[in-house]
Amino acid sequence: MSESVGPTTPPPETPPATPGPPSVASRMAFYQRAGGVVTPILTAVLAFFVGGIVVAATGHNPLTTYREIFNGTGLNWFFQVGSHELRVPFTDAHVWFPWNVNDANSEAAFNLQQTLLLATPLVFTGLAVAFAFRCGMFNIGGQGQYIVGAMVSVWVGSSWAGMAKGPHILLAIGLATLAGAAWAGIAGFLKATVGAHEVITTIMLNWIAYWIGQWAFGQGGPLQNNFNESVPVSNDVAESARLHVFWGDPLLQGLHIGFFFAIAALVVYSLTLNRTTLGYEVRAVGFNPEAARYGGISVRRNYFLAMAIAGGFAAMGGALDILGWQFRLGVIDIQNSTIGFIGIAVALLGRNTAVGVALSALLFGALLNGTSTRNLDPDVFQPELAGNLTLMIQALVVLFVGADLLIMVLWQRAQRLRPKRSRAGEAPV
Amino acid sequence: MEAASAPILELRGITKQFPGVLANDQVDFDLMPGEVHALLGENGAGKSTLMNIVYGLYRADMGEIMLKGKRVNFGSSKDAIRSGIGMVHQHFMLIPVMTVAENIVLAEEPVHDGVLLDYDAARKRVKDLADSFNFHIDPNARIENIGVGQQQRVEILKALYRRADVLILDEPTAVLTPQEATELAGILRTLKQEGMAIVFISHKLNEVLDIADRVTVLRRGKKIDTLETKGATRESLARLMVGREVLLRVEKKPSSPAEPLLKVENVSVLDDRQLPAVQDVSFEVRAGEIVGIAGVDGNGQTELIDAITGLRKVDEGRVVVGSEDVTGGGAREVIDAGLGHIPEDRHRRGLVLDFTLAENLALHDYREAPDSRFGWLFPRRLIARARKLLQEFDVRGGTPLTRASALSGGNQQKVVVAREIERDPRVLLAAQPTRGLDVGAIEFVHRRLVEERDEGRAVLLVSLELDEILSLSDRILVMYEGRIVGEYGPDVSDEELGIAMTGATEPQAA
Repeated sequence: MSESVGPTTPPPETPPATPGPPSVASRMAFYQRAGGVVTPILTAVLAFFVGGIVVAATGHNPLTTYREIFNGTGLNWFFQVGSHELRVPFTDAHVWFPWNVNDANSEAAFNLQQTLLLATPLVFTGLAVAFAFRCGMFNIGGQGQYIVGAMVSVWVGSSWAGMAKGPHILLAIGLATLAGAAWAGIAGFLKATVGAHEVITTIMLNWIAYWIGQWAFGQGGPLQNNFNESVPVSNDVAESARLHVFWGDPLLQGLHIGFFFAIAALVVYSLTLNRTTLGYEVRAVGFNPEAARYGGISVRRNYFLAMAIAGGFAAMGGALDILGWQFRLGVIDIQNSTIGFIGIAVALLGRNTAVGVALSALLFGALLNGTSTRNLDPDVFQPELAGNLTLMIQALVVLFVGADLLIMVLWQRAQRLRPKRSRAGEAPV
Repeated sequence: MEAASAPILELRGITKQFPGVLANDQVDFDLMPGEVHALLGENGAGKSTLMNIVYGLYRADMGEIMLKGKRVNFGSSKDAIRSGIGMVHQHFMLIPVMTVAENIVLAEEPVHDGVLLDYDAARKRVKDLADSFNFHIDPNARIENIGVGQQQRVEILKALYRRADVLILDEPTAVLTPQEATELAGILRTLKQEGMAIVFISHKLNEVLDIADRVTVLRRGKKIDTLETKGATRESLARLMVGREVLLRVEKKPSSPAEPLLKVENVSVLDDRQLPAVQDVSFEVRAGEIVGIAGVDGNGQTELIDAITGLRKVDEGRVVVGSEDVTGGGAREVIDAGLGHIPEDRHRRGLVLDFTLAENLALHDYREAPDSRFGWLFPRRLIARARKLLQEFDVRGGTPLTRASALSGGNQQKVVVAREIERDPRVLLAAQPTRGLDVGAIEFVHRRLVEERDEGRAVLLVSLELDEILSLSDRILVMYEGRIVGEYGPDVSDEELGIAMTGATEPQAA
């Protein structure tokens, strides 16, 4: 660990004769990087700690509870290291791999598939929040954008059953993404033109999407199924629009290729922000709109575009859930879904970086799965309570990230209180 | 009052190491009662660090502090305050929603009934205190409603209320208008007569000579010299401060203006409240000349700059850059027409502080080859170009990948100047280009502006510093209440300009 930059640096035995390479600036940069990794981890640990106190208060042992939840996530699958083979995609070649992917049906493997299945849409809704954040906007509308994507994809996927598999899937995902972009674009457009605050407009759009869904799939709605009019649910997605399951049993919600879409989305997110002129503009506007304007960047255009791209991400997440494992969308699904809202916590905890979003999506996906009724032994902890635990941890993360500064200060204070020691005790950068 | 023979504060061999920087290196310093002792040095010379050590905010690695003959060792600023040291920082530490009196008595409030603030007593004490030092201040005013100069007085009163006999002022004039600075000088004289010992941190030569009795010069953490201001000159102080001869007067040849490159024709502009800020202003700037716009702050200069650069709507009139009418075109069009703009406020506008230097240097060019092609950015090319520019413009303290916020003000300004000049603009608009810079950086910026002029660019300089206008401009326009009220040659006297700036020459009933 590094020592703090600031007043408490221990006195060097002799002042360095030459101004060495670690300048103040580079030290600061390192420090920020260190803080950048440390604070989210601290945030998560703190949230789990407080959650543990609540578990203890209900008369259960927090440690065994957390262990059970962990086992339910399937992440213990990674502990079963051995010598196995992995087939390289599109070839017949096999390479050595530490984990046994052929064992798709063991309990751990099955649980892991479910965790990754849940993490996939969280990556998308997390990116939807993160991208808008980078442009200086708080997109609360991930939920509505996700619903719009799900609705459009279930409509396209259940229509034109005769289409070829590839085009049908691409059409469903493409239209859903565009619809989500247009949906969120409304909020961006309103901010750019009349200055309506995006927090207000995206919340309103969430409700509009919600009620459109209630009407469209409800009894007598235009998208309700045509086999049982007492059930408020859509038609099933046609076989030609279902995503390929590459790990696990297709009949038992195996992991579909939407998982790779999520990884690709993370890469696209990172490249767009850092390697394109669009990303340059978005970040400039996010950091300092006045300087961006001075530099000749259209702030309004970027508000609109960033919001539309964010909506496209969330909607694609919705489409992949429908085409990957849900295959139908009902009134109840729309009522119960919180994927878009968890995306806010994902982005906050992930600090709006691609890697951070990936990791925190995995964390929340694992939590959702580990605390589900199916995975948690009621003798250890009641699953109904455990579900609330997920909500609590989610809320605590949002709260603590909001108190980011506080954690930064505590961290600095902790550094300051550490006993003085020699400069040789520094960790390599 | 006779100056006592013993120093009230004495520092011996103060050394302070920050990672990678020796902020103070064996610095000695002494302060007599009843004197103003200036601490002079460039940005980053270690002035503030030294005084923060005295005030207990930092702890020295080596050396000792003697206060009134006794060795002291402050663990925090509380100890320092208790021992009679007061410090006014550049950024005031006042509570905006509370009144002047409440802020001053904070932490030492008069109480009634044991716990309640006795507001009347507080107000009376503050009033008496202010009167005794001849301060004009309303104890009932809320901090958020009074100006910066007044807030500074509140900070000084706060120190006096806590019975400070050593007062440290950290760059007190940086935030003040020239008039407020003059008033501050008066206040310091009064305090001096009362026997107060004052440390005055500054990098401005004029005010040091004007206000201080003695001056200690720091350079790169080392004490260079302590001398009486009597007999010292701006040139001699500048030499001590920078370590080489500094040209305070800009050397330039007479201008040879050619064709007009910037034409402002009958321009009127509204301010944010939709009130007329600029009214019917016309002038032109020709290739190879520097035209200075002088005026007191708030007379429409900012709105005029914004209108020319496409950042604010031109209500009436035309702006022509080169041969292109850019009126109402927006910033992009004005930039493309060949206008470089060094903005008034580098933090608000000139830089994206969270961007790297490479990204900042590309702020106008990022969407053109070779920086990008088909929307794809080439970060390596940005970095390569930035490396070249940072070297050419002698930007210190950062690599292309350093964030702009990590640089000192002078180096940040060099980055802005580099970016604007590098595009080879036909017209260069420099607004307050040396605000907050130290002598070395000012010299650099001034020299660059004259070089740009000599290369045939049209330079429009807008500044609140009369010295700057006078030493650089080939023609001087004076702005008052949104209008140009006079045009002068380069040999005009400050007095004449000063009078014009107050609107006295404005043709009545014209």
